[in-house]
Amino acid sequence: MLTLSNYSLTLHTYAGFLRRVETPRLSELNLTVHPGELVAIIGGSGAGKSLLAHSIMGLLPNNAKQYGQIAFKGHALSGAYPAGVRGRQIALMPQEIGHLDPLAKVGAQIRWAGRRVGLTDVDPAACLAQVGLSKAVADLYPSALSGGMARRVLMALAVLGKPDLLIADEPTVGLDSANREQILQLLRGQAQAQRAALVITHDLSAVLPLADRVVMLDEGRLVGVEHAHAFLEEGEGLQSHHARALWQALPQNGFC
Amino acid sequence: MTVLRLITRQLMLLFSVALVVFMLMKLSPVDPVDAYLGAAVSRVSPEQKAQIEAAWGLNRPVAEQFFVWAGQLIQGDLGFSTTYRMPVSEVIGQRIGASLALTGLAWLFSGLLGFLLGVIAAALAGGWMDRVIRVVCYVLAGTPAFWLAILAIMVVSVEWGWAPICCSGPIGVPDQQVTLGQRLEHLLLPLSVLTVLGVASIALHTRIKMIEVLQSDYVLLARAQGASLMDIILRHGIRNAALPALTVTMAASGEIFGGSILAEQVFAWPGLGRATVEAGLKGDVPLLLAIALLTTLIVSSMNLLADRLQHIIDPRTRRL
Repeated sequence: MLTLSNYSLTLHTYAGFLRRVETPRLSELNLTVHPGELVAIIGGSGAGKSLLAHSIMGLLPNNAKQYGQIAFKGHALSGAYPAGVRGRQIALMPQEIGHLDPLAKVGAQIRWAGRRVGLTDVDPAACLAQVGLSKAVADLYPSALSGGMARRVLMALAVLGKPDLLIADEPTVGLDSANREQILQLLRGQAQAQRAALVITHDLSAVLPLADRVVMLDEGRLVGVEHAHAFLEEGEGLQSHHARALWQALPQNGFC
Repeated sequence: MTVLRLITRQLMLLFSVALVVFMLMKLSPVDPVDAYLGAAVSRVSPEQKAQIEAAWGLNRPVAEQFFVWAGQLIQGDLGFSTTYRMPVSEVIGQRIGASLALTGLAWLFSGLLGFLLGVIAAALAGGWMDRVIRVVCYVLAGTPAFWLAILAIMVVSVEWGWAPICCSGPIGVPDQQVTLGQRLEHLLLPLSVLTVLGVASIALHTRIKMIEVLQSDYVLLARAQGASLMDIILRHGIRNAALPALTVTMAASGEIFGGSILAEQVFAWPGLGRATVEAGLKGDVPLLLAIALLTTLIVSSMNLLADRLQHIIDPRTRRL
């Protein structure tokens, strides 16, 4: 469904007055996401996770330069972004509450999101119920939402158009166990039939139960692609050194 | 409690403005009696002059004069205008209509036009349209009101003959007989000049705010949802840029007032701006004080209103 071939990304900045510096941020990425698959991308801050998400959405800043190719269902995304893909076929669930317009009620933002994917009569209440929120939330402004509520609203917005590929940025951070389970259920539902999900997180243990594959990103490089079921016991089944180190560093594995 | 504090603050502001204007007028070299008499001053003896001064209360100590004026004001008496030889309230009553038509409409139109230009410039930031709007705004921001007014008269009225040269109606026609069409014809040029002058600051402020909005995370999500630029501007842009623009527009009311004094002078517009100049030149203290207080009241109320609106409209500062 999604294929990255030798994909690299540099950002240029100005050092001093005129000297332009190209900083590589993503290097030589090769990755394929298949239909029905949930792929987790694990990496620390600055590893390039969010930049990768923005690359796939075609929402890069002006100072970005791309090399290689990103293809979605056989069509290149890294050049001129094809019409009707953004939002309808590939959706983004961002991380922070700042991604909701502070001056518009939640209900209005749900209806707008619906119209943007071609749905003229979206029922905000049903949409909110899907993520376990009451219909009263539709009348609230984002400033009245808690972090967990905001994350669930962002999830509701992302799955509104039933996208083929959902990219979720840290979907479970800061949620209590019941809410987290609800979000994970939605992600599991997303990664079925001919659809797929890409979950970006720094928290390996949160996504392991539902991921098919785990991709490790470090300083813009792919440092390992593992099957999720290989993360068990001492990690003997893991291919890469990085994955083993990551797995053994988890507190429940008693390693430091 | 809050209301009481606001009223107290407003009264203190008015008192300070009145005091400063009064002292400036007393320091001015213009002698009100000489200015009143004009050419007739040569036929008036020093004794007669002293009698006029006594009748106007000018022979009393300055502090006493101020408090006599303030005492009358509290009783609702604005005093007597020596320039127009009628009560100040009547002078203001006759002229406020013309002033509000010119200044009020100029303020309203410059707010709307400035906001529109700011939004367009921000939406097309970096493009040629944005550059044109910005350059025009910078030039306008540095243009004196009287100069633009004179230029407009020279080019539009004299060269092209598209607009009347002066006044709020045809010369020689009594005010009651001027038709609405004639009034609008005479209003158009001064109104355009004042509107254009007020546009710059509002457009530039709106542009900056709008660019900030377009770079926000919520606009990023809107783009990820597949929203078009028009969709983003209409749904998120205007909503988020309107409040700051409104605040700037309210604050700009002072600038428009200042500009209107000069523009009314150049266009011989019979409004309060022209009366201000007359009162200043003739040492007409009660009239000048009344206009200064009225202007202060309007401008400070505008700013107060902007502040309150901010709290009412913005859900982040509103108590739910």
